[in-house]
Amino acid sequence: MRDVAIVAFAQTRHTDHDAGQTEPELILPVIDEVKERTGLKRFGFTCSGSCDYLAGAPFSFVSALDALGAWPPISESHVEMDGAWALYEAWVRLQHGDIDSALVYGFGKSSLGDLNTIMTIQLDPYYLAPLGLDLLSYAALQAGAVGADRKELDEIVRRSRADGRANPYALDLPDPDGEDFAVQPLKKTDVPPITDGAAAIVLAAGDLARELCPNPAYIRGIAHRIEPHYLGMRDLSTSASAADAARAAGVGKGPVEVAELHAQFPHEEIILRRALELPGETVINPSGGPLAANPVMATGLIRIGEAARRILDGDASRTVGHAAGGPCLQHNLVTVLEA
Amino acid sequence: MGNRCAVIGVGQTHYTTKRRDVSIAGLVREAALRALEDAGLSFKDIDAVVIGKAPDLFEGVMMPESYLADALGAAGKPMMRVHTAGSVGGSTALVGASLIQGGVHDRVLVVAFEKQSESNATWALSTHLPFSASLVVGAGGYFAPHIREYMRRSGAPDHIGTLVAVKDRLNALKNPYAHLKIPGIDQKMVESTPMLWEPIRYLETCPSSDGACAMVLSSESKVTGTPAWVHGTAMRSEPIFRAGRDTVSPQAGKDCAADVYSQAGITDPRRQIDVAETYVPFSWYEPMWLENLGFAADGEGWKLTESGATALDGDTPWNASGGVLSSNPIGASGLIRFAEAALQVRGMAGEHQVDGARTALGHAYGGGAQFFAMWIVGRERP
Repeated sequence: MRDVAIVAFAQTRHTDHDAGQTEPELILPVIDEVKERTGLKRFGFTCSGSCDYLAGAPFSFVSALDALGAWPPISESHVEMDGAWALYEAWVRLQHGDIDSALVYGFGKSSLGDLNTIMTIQLDPYYLAPLGLDLLSYAALQAGAVGADRKELDEIVRRSRADGRANPYALDLPDPDGEDFAVQPLKKTDVPPITDGAAAIVLAAGDLARELCPNPAYIRGIAHRIEPHYLGMRDLSTSASAADAARAAGVGKGPVEVAELHAQFPHEEIILRRALELPGETVINPSGGPLAANPVMATGLIRIGEAARRILDGDASRTVGHAAGGPCLQHNLVTVLEA
Repeated sequence: MGNRCAVIGVGQTHYTTKRRDVSIAGLVREAALRALEDAGLSFKDIDAVVIGKAPDLFEGVMMPESYLADALGAAGKPMMRVHTAGSVGGSTALVGASLIQGGVHDRVLVVAFEKQSESNATWALSTHLPFSASLVVGAGGYFAPHIREYMRRSGAPDHIGTLVAVKDRLNALKNPYAHLKIPGIDQKMVESTPMLWEPIRYLETCPSSDGACAMVLSSESKVTGTPAWVHGTAMRSEPIFRAGRDTVSPQAGKDCAADVYSQAGITDPRRQIDVAETYVPFSWYEPMWLENLGFAADGEGWKLTESGATALDGDTPWNASGGVLSSNPIGASGLIRFAEAALQVRGMAGEHQVDGARTALGHAYGGGAQFFAMWIVGRERP
């Protein structure tokens, strides 16, 4: 495989409410930022991730293209998945050998609708969706299956929110208190915040990576796997797809200093830590993770960006970024980054 | 352009207004199993699945890849979901090919679908983003003014659109999977149908179809059966709101064609491409794309159509399958173009086979005629 590295990462200062910006207005500053950081005005390939149901109208990505100034026309694609999968598509495209740079972005405004209800229509439309099993209900089923210690879950939320307060891009959420349940056994404070935001990453291959940035974060492994959709066909207390993707990406081939996990609920962090076989010394989600900012469709890409940032800043030499999709961690993508 | 890639299996469903006998999962599985059968393989031989469809609002299922993973044998494998508006079927094939050209996988299952009967596409296309005005006109209302502008510029006479509508429906009579089969179709019948969006008449527009299409793509070392080799792939996009954008002959279409031709060594598309499967959802888009894709000079496309050159027995057949005008499961329509191009060079197109086809173009467009995906496939190894 060809050497491909993350050479720039930018994200919005995420908000927990609609700040009045259109999607292109949300995207424009992060695109400008990565262009400025790399000095690149044009890219060999561009790929994005978004979801039409967040805006409640088709073709979100059509107007998003206006933010890029895609003129003259660009080589471009889009996945209706978290931007992390757009990064995967771009990484694959860079493996062809004929282009050396790619721009990747993801965006979402979940403040525009009722995310908990919207996620219901992600389920099998004939058998599952009509049951009205919403996002919190199916997350609670998984939390029940994990049967985690309440203190451990509380500590994950406390740590994530504290880290989030120290992260200028994440939300300022208070330390969790109260015992109110969202859906048992999930407490209200276990639920990720509604968040609007966007993120962008620049990939560079071969010599270009070193030319653009002193400390490129090389993608040494990237893999993803999906599992059956039906919750009854899976052991919800574990994640076989995350474990398979981690093995394929080579997570265990060396020490992991930092892991950014797409864990939207505290019990998901427990499942993922086990699936990725992360040792106790690995720092998990120092950015605060999705529990401190969860711009749906960009959250996974931000995990990869945050994992890369530690290397770009010279603070780490080997990190892991993870993204998830589908109900109860059905689909998992794992990226291993090295200095 | 990376490693060699070939199409080794094609599967289609019979396109029709309503497939009440299958779920969405049943529909995509039907196409996938036919593609696997064509390749002489089973799900266990597949390394990854790439699925494409037009907006999720069409069926009212968000991110349907999650639900369809089981039906497509994707559990335990990587699965990708592509969405690039109407060009999505073409883009889906290109992402599948990319996984092989990039050396990541050896065999990829590519599937695209639409089950329009589960919703209302014109409604789904007419809802607007919360911060922009909606014309509530659907696709025909959006494209009609661009067609009128083409007629004004080129001086094309009124009956050209009718000729394409008749030609494609005659071809569809030879395609067992085609949706619209209209015996006795002729110019008079088309002209007798109501005007929907001037100058587009009822029979000059595409139907709403249920249907799915699938392909098995392979690396060189894992080829089975009769391959169609991929000689070039390209995607191009331009912004929808740009002052001065030429919506009649978009620059992204010209650039995409130039890119894919240069990869495939094509300098004279009219002579070197034996058959083209192009995205013509409204009949007038044939002369428009003849010019945009370099088969005719500016303003000359309609003359090629009028001469009969694009008929099945003409010297540059376009849409031998009956095209989008005869079957339009939107998300799958682009992939069908790419798959039909592959069938032609494999010599497996049946009654609508173009004799001796060795090089074929697959073309798809989407959005406000701003997204393009194309490939060139050939009988010979590149």
